[in-house]
Amino acid sequence: MSQDFLRRRLAGQYEVDAYGFDRELTEQVLLPLFRPLYQRYWRVRTVGIENVPETGGALVVANHSGTLPFDAIMTKVALHDEHPAHRHLRALAADVALRLPVIGPLARKSGNTLAHHDDARRLLEAGELVGVWPEGFKGIGKRYRDRYTLQRFGRGGFVEVALRAGAPIVPVAILGAEEIYPMLANASVLARILGLPYFPITLQFPALGPLGLLPLPSRWVIEFGPLIDTSGYGPDGADDPMLVFELTDQVREEIQRMLDRNLIQRRSIFL
Amino acid sequence: MENPRARVLVTGIAGNLAGRLAARLEADDRVRSITGIDLRRPRHQLKRTDLVRADLRSPLIARVIESAGIDTIVHLSTGAAVGSLQLFGAARKAPRLRKVVARSTTAVYGGSSAAPAFWREDATPGDARPPGYSKDAVEVEGYARAFGRRRTEVTLTILRFADIAGAGVDTPLARYLSLPVVPTVLGYDPRLQLCHQDDAVEVLVRATLEEHPGVYNVAGPGILYLSQAIRRVGKMPVPVPLPLVNGLERVLRHVGVPALPANLLYGCVGDITSLRERFGYEPKFSTGAALDGWRAAR
Repeated sequence: MSQDFLRRRLAGQYEVDAYGFDRELTEQVLLPLFRPLYQRYWRVRTVGIENVPETGGALVVANHSGTLPFDAIMTKVALHDEHPAHRHLRALAADVALRLPVIGPLARKSGNTLAHHDDARRLLEAGELVGVWPEGFKGIGKRYRDRYTLQRFGRGGFVEVALRAGAPIVPVAILGAEEIYPMLANASVLARILGLPYFPITLQFPALGPLGLLPLPSRWVIEFGPLIDTSGYGPDGADDPMLVFELTDQVREEIQRMLDRNLIQRRSIFL
Repeated sequence: MENPRARVLVTGIAGNLAGRLAARLEADDRVRSITGIDLRRPRHQLKRTDLVRADLRSPLIARVIESAGIDTIVHLSTGAAVGSLQLFGAARKAPRLRKVVARSTTAVYGGSSAAPAFWREDATPGDARPPGYSKDAVEVEGYARAFGRRRTEVTLTILRFADIAGAGVDTPLARYLSLPVVPTVLGYDPRLQLCHQDDAVEVLVRATLEEHPGVYNVAGPGILYLSQAIRRVGKMPVPVPLPLVNGLERVLRHVGVPALPANLLYGCVGDITSLRERFGYEPKFSTGAALDGWRAAR
């Protein structure tokens, strides 16, 4: 990091967008922090990244897993580092994440915002690449024995948003995140006391103490599926529950199909 | 023009925005008379404004409205919910009244991690009472709306301003940013939205003299993080653990800083789409420019 960079940061002379995305901090500090995890630790391979449009709004929809949302962070790194247009993914986050001290502000600064219709639609209409993990806590907080089984996709709110904004949907399958913290059980009473959506008992945590926070070095694949165009239905399509349901299902099946295919091709979890 | 020249009553005339608004109205042909009410002495040099030294709670107000033939009330006096109640009570009985402009603040929304990035005007403010929400402002708006329901023929404009910035502006936020070291809450960095006083005054002038019924957020585009704003004014943010913040606030009150900015956790940012599209005003100063202007003037 150059001296000039530090001087400008310390003088507050940098730009953030209205959602709080700090491009400079993301590119100079946050992405470099996670790049070693991406390149060396999980050795992420991307497939079909050319399916993501070079410009304009698009909704990236992916499966969610791994106890902690490293899958979202790795998708962000993938799209910035491997996509020819170096696109920044604006991921939609749960309010629980945005509420947390330290994590919350960093999530905003790295381009995330609340998973809310208003935010998602505005970002898409502004031509941003928006990321959503519709399974939410049901996906990320599921047990290891349920791995790679897509959970319910909410009520298809993400499809409504895409239809209203006329933005295409990119289905994404993330393979490898299920194995970073294999979750054996959910201590739901403890979770309720702590006000968390789930409290994971994983292979490593809490048995190994702080060391249990170290994720396992699985090998990852992130596959970007072919674009699903929504512009033909017009914004009123969002008011048609049947259409929303069908599109939701189509996206879900496409992701499941990509997951299954990659699982069959995978020789080993770690190698 | 359908309107005859306006007879305007400005409450809280000693305030910065009110003084600037009155000066603008004095120079405007569309204004026939200006009456200013405040207990304090105005800071601005006003020439043809009739000043009334009175409390809004005084029964004098109704007589002033009556005798000056007031047709437009611009309610800028802040913080006094009881006074507002009395004012709107008097306004209800004022036959010549055509227009009421009431000042409010985006603090009616409060700040929440579960809120979208921008509060639209139709969000129900104060329902969940998130941290940093202003009870007084919600109350004043309630009185204004109750008045509007009784007098549907009167144009009611409610302006929800973000924190005002600009040369000579003395707000709790300005005093907070003037501290030698500026306390923040450890682990939190709220988004900050500002409104330059020139934009605020321009919007007030237009609301006073044109027809803009409805509720509008008024702020400059863009945001600054609190930590960024503190650094931009040449200060150091000093993060304090959350449990110690209340104690710190008490200490600061003793040294003359009345309160920390209402929302040190999540910030509260208003959507200004309505201001741009329905009201038809494009702010001249972004949030960043508003802060830089304030800093340059110090």
